[in-house]
Amino acid sequence: MGLIKKIYLFYRNGFKEMILGKKLWKIILIKLFIMFAILKFFFFPDYLNTKFHTDREKGNYVLEQMTQYAPHSPMQ
Amino acid sequence: MTHIDLSVVNWARAQFALTAMYHWIFVPLTLGLSFLCAFFESIYVRTGKKEWLSITKFWMTLFGINFAIGVATGIILEFEFGTNWSNYSWMVGDIFGAPLAIEGLFAFFLEATFFAVMFFGWNRVSKRFHLFSTWMVAVGSNLSAVWILVANGWMQNPVGMVFNPNTARFEMNSFFKLVFNPVAVSKFIHTSSSGFLFASLFVLTISSWYLIKGRHVEMAKKSIVVAAVFGLLASSFVAMTGDTSAYEVSQKQPMKLAAIEGLYKGQTKAPIVALGILNTDKKVGDNQKSFVAKIEIPYLLSILANHSFTAFVPGIDDLVYGNKTYGIEGAASKMVKGRKAIKDLELFKNARKDKNTAKAAAALKDFKINQAYLGYGYLDKPEEAAPPVAVPYYAFHIMVGLGTLFPLLFAAFLFFSIKNTLVEKRWLLPLGFISVFLGLIAQESGWVVAEVGRQPWAISGLLPVKMATSNLDPQNIQITFFMFFGLFTLLLVAEIKIMLKQISTGFEEGGDLK
Repeated sequence: MGLIKKIYLFYRNGFKEMILGKKLWKIILIKLFIMFAILKFFFFPDYLNTKFHTDREKGNYVLEQMTQYAPHSPMQ
Repeated sequence: MTHIDLSVVNWARAQFALTAMYHWIFVPLTLGLSFLCAFFESIYVRTGKKEWLSITKFWMTLFGINFAIGVATGIILEFEFGTNWSNYSWMVGDIFGAPLAIEGLFAFFLEATFFAVMFFGWNRVSKRFHLFSTWMVAVGSNLSAVWILVANGWMQNPVGMVFNPNTARFEMNSFFKLVFNPVAVSKFIHTSSSGFLFASLFVLTISSWYLIKGRHVEMAKKSIVVAAVFGLLASSFVAMTGDTSAYEVSQKQPMKLAAIEGLYKGQTKAPIVALGILNTDKKVGDNQKSFVAKIEIPYLLSILANHSFTAFVPGIDDLVYGNKTYGIEGAASKMVKGRKAIKDLELFKNARKDKNTAKAAAALKDFKINQAYLGYGYLDKPEEAAPPVAVPYYAFHIMVGLGTLFPLLFAAFLFFSIKNTLVEKRWLLPLGFISVFLGLIAQESGWVVAEVGRQPWAISGLLPVKMATSNLDPQNIQITFFMFFGLFTLLLVAEIKIMLKQISTGFEEGGDLK
């Protein structure tokens, strides 16, 4: 039997024989779905990517933020 | 001119704290329990006794449950970086890219490969290869932690980088300095050994419960011996590395040290406050007493901070307003330099826009003179350079107090285990039972000390948290804050429920995640 087939059977039989493991995998998959398909997609867009297309634009924007902030108290 | 909406900053902070603190429930248990499983299995392979196999499989199952529930909870932190902390993410992308990519590779190749053998491999691979896989999972899990702590250590002590004003990014110029940053090294050792300690308490808690109930007595006693030895060793490491950490903090983040000790006015031969109640009316720079009541240990803070009985330890007032006698530059003076750096950066930006190369080069030259103070330029007043004192002060003292108790607990469990009288010590077993909850409080307190104690900085001295955030509507962050709260609570409840079921099943039926 080839090595690849051995590895395949190792994983296949391992997954097949799981009981508690199946429940845990379900939790992992549901969690990943909530995280990536719901949270990331609807609530956590990459802020700079939604506003700018190039690295140059992003860098310019951040530099603008860094130089335009007005502290509340004047200093000499 | 841009003004920062502080409610955005504070909600983003709160959301990050919530996510990180929930994530931190699962991580230390993974770090420590993986090694305990490796110890149990090593004993089984060496002795060939079936009871050690049952013990190994039982704890391995609990490890698997914790791993499955906790895995990927840290990814949410990365979502938050991109959305809530976009300025920060942009600026540190080059620094964090390498360590986090390495972490991903380690996690994938070491954990994913050997994790499968660990759970599917019983009776399918040789005993020795299975044991090797268990050790690799332990080593891999802990190596993953190295990289995230390298990133965190850099934020606390930014080294091995230069700021590139053309791209507005910090760029790595020495991988070696980044990885061997003394703050990162002491942070990794302290954090991982505290994870070992926490997992040992976890074993103590469940085993004590079995002993109280009179179930699985022999298995529980054997588990306790291994956990007590590991916990005792880990406690010594935690104490030693805590000392190293405190020294590094005193050298690199003296404000944090002053805050966690409630030290407003610096002093020579500085004592450490063993127990104390802070005066809540005390403000930076006023003449009120710092404490309502306190018990001190003479000289100890000077020794801890500078390894000298007589050394001067600066207080918050010295660091905010400066102290000429001891050559300490205050935040007020640094703010002037910081604002000059911002002005020069603006001149550079405008000259670059006008394509005036000579003017841009001159502005850049001037910027470099004060760039180390850049972050101070964004502070509104010198007092803003100090963190809120009460939170890190109490968190630090809770952490140290509990950290002192744990080795005594492990020693007592080990002593009575060796004498074979542990089951008779009905006063000790309830203490063992609650110990994991105390451990969790100590773990979370440690996070609070590290992260609240370094406020107001996202990157120490270079970028305050308020400048790291995105221009968002605070309502968006509030909504996701409560969503996370719900999601994480649900995951925690699921973990506890599945674990309790497994614990109630006990040793005989455990193993293989079946």
